Amino acid sequence: MTTQKPVTRGTDTDPPLLRGPGPVTVALKVNGTTHHLDIEPRVSLLSALRDGCDLTGSKRGCDQGTCGACTVWVEGRRVLGCLTLAITCEGHEVTTVEGLADGDALHPMQQRFIDADAFQCGYCTPGQLMSAVALVREGRASDEAEIKEWMSGNLCRCAAYPHIRTAILAARDDMAAHDREHDA
Amino acid sequence: MSAVIGQPLPRIDGRPKTTGAARYSADIPLPGLTYAVLAGSRIAAGRITRVNAAPALAATGVIAVLTHENLPRIAAQPPVLPSLLGGPSPGETFFPMQDATIHYGGQHVALVVADTYERALHAAGLVEFTYEEEPAVTVIDQIRDRTEVPDSLFGGFVPGHSSRGDVEAALDRAEVRVDATYHLAANHQNPLETSATTAHWEGGRLFLHDATQGPNATQHTVAALLGVPHADIRVISHYVGGSFGAKASIWHHSTLAAMAARHVGRPVRLALTREQMFTSCGHREEQEHSVSLGADRQGRLTALRHHKLSPTSQHDDWAETSLEVGAQLYACDAYEGVYRLGRAHTMTPTFMRCPGEASGLFALESTLDQLAGELGLDPLELRLRNHADTDPVTEKPWSSKGLKECYRRGAELIGWHRRAAGPVADGDWLVGLGMASAAYPAAGPVNPQRARVRVYADGSAVAQAAASEFGTGVGTAMAQVAAEALGLPVERVRFEAGDTDLPNLASAVGSTGAGMISAAVHRAAVALRDQLIAQAVADPGSPLHGADPGRVGLSGGRMVLRDRRDTGESYAELLLRAHQPDAEATRSWAPPQGEPTHAMMTFGAHFAEVAVDRDLGLVRVRRLVGAFAPGRVLNARTAKSQLMGGMLWGMGQALLEQSVMDRRAGRWANPSLGDYLVPVNADAPQVDVELVEVTDDVVNPLGVKGVGEIGQAGTAAAIAAAVHHATGRRVRNLPIVVEDLL
Repeated sequence: MTTQKPVTRGTDTDPPLLRGPGPVTVALKVNGTTHHLDIEPRVSLLSALRDGCDLTGSKRGCDQGTCGACTVWVEGRRVLGCLTLAITCEGHEVTTVEGLADGDALHPMQQRFIDADAFQCGYCTPGQLMSAVALVREGRASDEAEIKEWMSGNLCRCAAYPHIRTAILAARDDMAAHDREHDA
Repeated sequence: MSAVIGQPLPRIDGRPKTTGAARYSADIPLPGLTYAVLAGSRIAAGRITRVNAAPALAATGVIAVLTHENLPRIAAQPPVLPSLLGGPSPGETFFPMQDATIHYGGQHVALVVADTYERALHAAGLVEFTYEEEPAVTVIDQIRDRTEVPDSLFGGFVPGHSSRGDVEAALDRAEVRVDATYHLAANHQNPLETSATTAHWEGGRLFLHDATQGPNATQHTVAALLGVPHADIRVISHYVGGSFGAKASIWHHSTLAAMAARHVGRPVRLALTREQMFTSCGHREEQEHSVSLGADRQGRLTALRHHKLSPTSQHDDWAETSLEVGAQLYACDAYEGVYRLGRAHTMTPTFMRCPGEASGLFALESTLDQLAGELGLDPLELRLRNHADTDPVTEKPWSSKGLKECYRRGAELIGWHRRAAGPVADGDWLVGLGMASAAYPAAGPVNPQRARVRVYADGSAVAQAAASEFGTGVGTAMAQVAAEALGLPVERVRFEAGDTDLPNLASAVGSTGAGMISAAVHRAAVALRDQLIAQAVADPGSPLHGADPGRVGLSGGRMVLRDRRDTGESYAELLLRAHQPDAEATRSWAPPQGEPTHAMMTFGAHFAEVAVDRDLGLVRVRRLVGAFAPGRVLNARTAKSQLMGGMLWGMGQALLEQSVMDRRAGRWANPSLGDYLVPVNADAPQVDVELVEVTDDVVNPLGVKGVGEIGQAGTAAAIAAAVHHATGRRVRNLPIVVEDLL
């Protein structure tokens, strides 16, 4: 699992920008929409999404970076929402599971998860999906063994793991086919 | 028309679950929502001598701090009863913050409400407690000399001691005898969703969004504890993020959320932290099993003695029921099962997936594997020689069985014939095979279960019951049940659930959900179908007018004459002509009362292929095969997924999961998902699930025996047997760790 580096604001010659510890206005661009939130700098990206933006797809399973249920993307890179401060995401594109589908058309990964019965209770699924799509984009889904290893940061207590691997392999090929069509 | 029941249809909630639209209990947005966070006791035994809430109250955003000094007293403490009974079902007969006494580590001692989650979390750490600490007793080694055999367990439903024949004499006479003792670590369920309740009051009415295996169980338990009329509490639970027993009983946080919401006059969301999941909703207790088997030289069992020792809480007699299935699984005339309990400073233990059998069958099946070795018999052949053609306890016939077929299919799939040649070396790895029987009671509710079905004038239909969806796929399966009875395409039928305003049900626990909910839905749908057919034959405008209702069937979504299928009409045509927007029927299924005619159990067989690194002692499960005979399967896809999950749970139990007690502090030492290891993707091997069809006309109207637990019953024993086959090492503790094999 990669983590996003803190955002550097301004230039080296500017005086350091002090904000907080009380609530400050943070502009958070999520799934293409900018939300202006009054939050304390200690608020995690996960809390900001859930409590501030009412985007509750990202789940709090542990709040300590062990379960992966809060996985979202910052600038396309997967991060753990519970270990990322929302204020560090200002000026960056955040993508959550709510932003994965294209309107009513599901992302191939979402469709393949449904086809393969790659979830039961569904609680870890948003995080699994965000990791899975990123994994394919990173070229780390070449075979089942590689997927197994790279998906092990996302716990599924229902243990749908074999089906998750099936779904990712199928979606990987769908995504490649889609990219080829797009290029053509 | 082809049967809809059983079809491997995709989950109807696939879209909400993959798009983030599914709202779980901590996802409910409410105006003016506040956030509650609990604080737990640092000590495991003793009392609070002083509370200082001032620093927490002074923190920004804090609205209230509740401790034993100001939390209202509960109205009454209901007894611990399984939620399958449908009534109040608290996890323990203790409610926190009623006085200064501390009974276990992590016991809730404060509840802080603030305007944001972060502020509540921060302030919960600011409440100061001074304790007078007493020595804590928390593990088996500390209770060994002060145990008792309880008269009964499990709300009085299971005796502390049971026997048939003279087991001691039979053991003395046995031609071959094996005695073995096993130690099993305590485990925690750890569903990915921590338990959560969002509570709000409107006038005198309480609304709870609760993560629960039974919305009605939450309603009845909270009503009893608060002294609020049951009719004034509505519980809503549309999506539950896994439970595995953690949400089978109703624990304190649901009631505390209601108390907090009343106190602050605003909606309150109370979601447990991951650490609190280890001290807020019970656990599978640490346990020691002693098994003695006697047999003749042909391998026929002549004696089976199985004793279990485990710690329970200060306030309840609880052990998971590990012995009952073992008493019934094999033909054996002499049996004794004994539970011994000792009081400890822990919560009352509770249900965790495959409660009882996951532990009991590990001990029994491991001992059988050893007996097979001593007799020079194939372990599978030993099971066949002791196959119980009737129930050895009641001598009644089985309602259905299928075990021999499970053995046969499982053995074929794993290639069991390879075992006889001994373990295989694969580089540094020694590869072995093991097997075990699977069995789990096919229990049912004790009182009527209800459902309602409604057909609209456009031909769509909805079935309703207060079930909750915690990963079982109940919505998909019940839509199939209703569609089949109504003769409608399944796409036209929706199952609405998760709300106590709907017809009420007992909690879906112990693999009973599919059987009892399908019974109620089936009854209601059949009643509605018959009602509409009766209406049609009585309607002069209907092509079926005057027909004998017994000669009217369903075909192509229409009511038709069985012998003239072109004569008939749809429900929609009938209803529209009558200016009737809909028609509905509510029915209940009451389980048969009195002495049952049959013994009821679900059977299966596990086979495991395991590799052990000969130098490092690492264990890797390469393949799991499970064959199960769960009666009627409502949806083959979701059923197989649940069985697969159960098998991987068995792998976790066998190799990973242990809650480690720090006996000096009386606290769990590893309360996080970084330290309490559960299987991850890289741990999960290929899993083959085979469904063996058996028809069961006894258990319930559709013959459904359930799939939630049986996947884990015996898995750990099969893995341990494969480790033994690979290495010659008989590991008698769970989990099996590297140190056991060095």
